[in-house]
Amino acid sequence: MPKFALNSSLYLSEISVLFRRRRTWAMLATIALIPIALASAVALSSSTIPAGEGPPFLDRVSHNGFFVGFTALVVAMPLFLPLTIAVVSGDSIAGEANTGTLRYLLIAPVSRARLLAVKFFGAIVFSFAAIFTLLLSGLVIGAALFHIGPVTLLSGDVISLPAALYRLFLLLCYGTISMIGLSALGIFISTLTVIPVGAMAATVVISTVMQILDNLPQVAVIHPYLISHNWLGFADLLRSPMDFGSFATNAIVQLCYVGIFGALSYSRFSTKDILS
Amino acid sequence: MNDLVQPQYAIHTAGLTKSFGKHNAVDGIDLCVPRGSVFGFLGPNGSGKTTTIRMLLGLTNISKGEVTLLGHPMPAGLALALPKVGALVEGPAAYPYLSGRDNLIRFDAADINANPATRKERVEAALARVGLTQAAEKKVTEYSLGMKQRLGIANALLQPRELLILDEPTNGLDPQGTREVRNLIRSLADDGITVFISSHLLVEIEQICTHLAFMSRGKVVAQGSVEELAALEQQVLTLKSSHPEGAIAALKSLGISATFDGEYVTAVVTDPAVKAENLSKQLVEAGIGIASFALAAPTLEERFVALTGEGFEVA
Repeated sequence: MPKFALNSSLYLSEISVLFRRRRTWAMLATIALIPIALASAVALSSSTIPAGEGPPFLDRVSHNGFFVGFTALVVAMPLFLPLTIAVVSGDSIAGEANTGTLRYLLIAPVSRARLLAVKFFGAIVFSFAAIFTLLLSGLVIGAALFHIGPVTLLSGDVISLPAALYRLFLLLCYGTISMIGLSALGIFISTLTVIPVGAMAATVVISTVMQILDNLPQVAVIHPYLISHNWLGFADLLRSPMDFGSFATNAIVQLCYVGIFGALSYSRFSTKDILS
Repeated sequence: MNDLVQPQYAIHTAGLTKSFGKHNAVDGIDLCVPRGSVFGFLGPNGSGKTTTIRMLLGLTNISKGEVTLLGHPMPAGLALALPKVGALVEGPAAYPYLSGRDNLIRFDAADINANPATRKERVEAALARVGLTQAAEKKVTEYSLGMKQRLGIANALLQPRELLILDEPTNGLDPQGTREVRNLIRSLADDGITVFISSHLLVEIEQICTHLAFMSRGKVVAQGSVEELAALEQQVLTLKSSHPEGAIAALKSLGISATFDGEYVTAVVTDPAVKAENLSKQLVEAGIGIASFALAAPTLEERFVALTGEGFEVA
């Protein structure tokens, strides 16, 4: 029997199944509403927003629609995005176990390591799609309600729109990378249970606890190691010259989480009795 | 045939044990499933059949003992053996929000050995073989239990297999569906596929099996070919008489100890030389009036009760 060693079928199947779930589209639709709500609120309010009030950069939105997506990402990053990532990653293994499809995947056969990799890939693709949706919706509503033109960066320099779109793409990468640690954590929790909602909730709780700790000066010593510490560090991408320091720091922290929870997932899942 | 390439047994276990805490759900079983057999794995619910199947397929760890599947020692040989094994384990399972066809495409995509180029035609062939072509577009959430069962069997048939492990394949099927599954298994067996089929309902599978194993409380209490098992068995006498006490006394003088259950006089006849014609004649000569008389090999269910002292519906 031929061995289709570079068989990517299961990866493609995972994405196809993910995007054929109504739940996925409901989450993406809700995400798209965040910039719409934000821009509408700014457009409808008569008073000008003083700098430094409300979410960061909110005051810039009315000057340049480009900043809608950016501000929406600041708003969505701490809670809503982690929530959707927790849904997808928490469901990954526990959801399959819950429907009983896990046993049929494993005897197909899929090696357990490969299944974990497939689920991780699915979670990353979802993160990318979620943030892409957020930024795209922000651009569209920003263009519709406000002026979009050359962008004044945080450092005061003005860059052209194509250059600004490139920055937006880097923002998308930053956001996606920010979610890979949480995805790995969610998948690990998902291997511990057959109740997907439990895994989703636990993932959200851990993400929230980390953010609370990140706000407590008493534990400042652990702040740099928290999964959420660099989530909002993407403002550095809107300076000139671009500062990739926080990008790199964030990537390293996230990769550490992926390493730790990837190893934990494998050691747990590879020897687990599948009784569902 | 070379023993290394084509080992004699499709499934072989030695001292296979699964413990949950102190309880042994499967307690040192030695199964020998010959290639090409239709092997009935029988036992009441909770006797350890599904737990055994989970170990055979590498879904759970083996607490003690050994498993060889299609010549590959398990669990080390899982990746080599499983592509040649189709299985239905503890009922069918599917993604409710996908159609029947899309479910099969998903499971086929999971098999790294499956050729993507032939996926469509193999899925259609499997759907056709279980009669689901008409319902292929429907979401599984709209399927009846019987249709889900068929979909599960179709999943087991996505590839040419050497061994099929079917756990309670007739569960939830109506009599017509049960007959169809039996015919399907027969036709698969005719193709030379070894079929290992578990059931708690004897009558549904006894007609198609060439070999049987009886499972009770985690142990295999008997196994072998249907002929071997039949040869071991005694005959059962069932007699209706107007004078049951007299019949019992007469049977006792012939060396057969019988009991009366209020309606029938019954006895287990161990001597294979005893024939119905002779026995009935001897009883009539002893002056016993006979209303009805039967001396026959016991049904599988009676055998099972004799072997385990428990009925088939015991959980």
